[in-house]
Amino acid sequence: MHRIDQRFVELRRAGRKALCVYLCVGDPSLEASGFLAVEAIDAGADILELGVPFSDPTADGPTLARAAERAIAAGATLERVLDVASRIRARSEAPLVLFTYYNPVLVAGEAKVARLAREAGVDALLVVDLPPEEAGPLRGACAAEGLGVVPLVSPTSHAARVEAIRRASMPLDGAPRAFVYSISMTGVTGASPSDLAAAARDAEAMRRSFDRPVLVGFGIDSGVSARLAAGEATGGADGVVVGTALARRIEQAASGDEQRRVVRSFVGDLRRALDEPA
Amino acid sequence: MLGAGYFGQFGGRFVAETLVPALEELDRARQEILPAPSFQAELHELLRSYVGRPTPLTEAKRLARRIDPDGGAIAELLLKREDLCHTGAHKINNALGQLLLAKAMGKTRIIAETGAGQHGVATATAAALLGLPCEVYQGALDMERQAPNVARMRLLGARVVPVESGSRTLKDAMNEALRDWVTNVRTTYYCVGSAAGPHPYPTLVASLQRIIGDEARASCLDRGALPDAVIACVGGGSNAIGIFKAFEGDPSVSLYGVEAAGHGLDTDKHAATLSRGRVGVLHGAKTYVLCDDAGQVNEAHSVSAGLDYPGVGPEHARLRDTGRATYVSATDTEALDAAREVARAEGIVVALETAHAFAAIGAIARREAEARGRPARILVCLSGRGDKDLDTITAYGGGK
Repeated sequence: MHRIDQRFVELRRAGRKALCVYLCVGDPSLEASGFLAVEAIDAGADILELGVPFSDPTADGPTLARAAERAIAAGATLERVLDVASRIRARSEAPLVLFTYYNPVLVAGEAKVARLAREAGVDALLVVDLPPEEAGPLRGACAAEGLGVVPLVSPTSHAARVEAIRRASMPLDGAPRAFVYSISMTGVTGASPSDLAAAARDAEAMRRSFDRPVLVGFGIDSGVSARLAAGEATGGADGVVVGTALARRIEQAASGDEQRRVVRSFVGDLRRALDEPA
Repeated sequence: MLGAGYFGQFGGRFVAETLVPALEELDRARQEILPAPSFQAELHELLRSYVGRPTPLTEAKRLARRIDPDGGAIAELLLKREDLCHTGAHKINNALGQLLLAKAMGKTRIIAETGAGQHGVATATAAALLGLPCEVYQGALDMERQAPNVARMRLLGARVVPVESGSRTLKDAMNEALRDWVTNVRTTYYCVGSAAGPHPYPTLVASLQRIIGDEARASCLDRGALPDAVIACVGGGSNAIGIFKAFEGDPSVSLYGVEAAGHGLDTDKHAATLSRGRVGVLHGAKTYVLCDDAGQVNEAHSVSAGLDYPGVGPEHARLRDTGRATYVSATDTEALDAAREVARAEGIVVALETAHAFAAIGAIARREAEARGRPARILVCLSGRGDKDLDTITAYGGGK
């Protein structure tokens, strides 16, 4: 079984929600991102999303847009993010998802990116501006390397659209099932939380139709909101994704040591909130 | 599922999932509402009585002799006068059409991006006319360069939102407009200003701008002949696609787009996407993009804020690759010189965007005359007037 699918089986068996943590790799430096990723895993993150910074991050709010600007200034590119991934992989078996905009993948070449990602120990790609209609070639290239491509579902995705996404994102032979990313609200990353309890209920329905794990992201900025978005212990979502709230803490930390401390304490808080008995 | 809205390998719909249903809704409206006789009647009445269409063709005899003193290259130089449209540029054709569509779709709020401010002014104008609230995103640098248009938008009741990120120009304004749209997508209509962006915008904008070419072609035939060459400036490329569309099926007519070469094509300060870009994805479309080996989009440069964009409409990318259109470029200096020439020779102050098309007339006419063995009939799209650029032109010395 693929590493990422194995992780979801283990979590389910243990009755735990998945905590997926997004890091903009290269913010504040490529080296620091490697350390911060390991801190996050040690503090209880189950899955890491490794963000490739992009010059025109139209789906991101100001916090992650600033993080991307700093990361690009620090020399982060898709290939260097994959170097960081392989360093994390040398330390941990946590599933790694490469989170990127499409242009860096297209310019480098889809087959090449899939091969380099597999060599770096990445399990799946999530391309934020690549709807399933356009994702065919990348899905093929990734499946050939044993990687998945994570589909996104939004509150604006009407029933027929959700069904179309489901069909177009069925795991190909050789690819992991990975998960479905359910966006909790219309907006950019880091906007104020909306009705996360409703998002958890939607995720439960989505999991039944997709027959794949569903993670809820956008607007989760605390243990309380993580718990709300994850929903009931036996239903709800399979887990949550937290990005902006962590990037903001990293941005505000005064030193490298403090960055590691805030990652450890914030990810730890999220972990405890998700693991609390109902 | 197959991706929609391709021109060869270019175009498509590369956006966050949240926007896909809104683009589907817009595409349905484009196919169902836009062609309806009642909608077309309302649009054409406004284009006639409010915009001032049809716009004339002006023969530029003095300019032709200044560019080509011995008459060996230019037989006739015709200008399609989009500067005479209400608001002073072709942008109103698109803004009025899209906002009528927005109203028919039941949208209650309008957003737009703008570079030079011409599209922002056109959108603010149409929004005022139709009673819709309007917010325009504009790069902070462009707001400085085009201050008169900022004042006009505000006078028209629009809120102008300065964009401080990135290069503080058109690309960043479009990023911010997309962020607004993804947040307010259920109520808000995004009025894209060029024949760029995700499907269906390139097709929608081209269908609203092709009136430029349809009128020009009919006027040329009234005068007795099709032109040998059609010239237009290209940033995103809406005036160019609008005039090219009508002549695409005429094999004798050469089509020329003129991009902004800024400080020169061999510097890193230009906006010549079709000449120097590579295939990438920017703002929802696969097209030529100015970007580095890592896929990071470069900051474009042009003295003209309306051409200062590192992408280009996907239909131009196809016309380039098929060879149906030829894309050349003009530098900042060449455009500024051309703006002065046109003013002195014809009494017309053209926009700096448009001035790029004028800067290329001489070389294109010589090439066409040589290929045809006779002086060529040239049609230029005079896409907009230059009042907004007076500060830039006079600072350069054009006022002397």
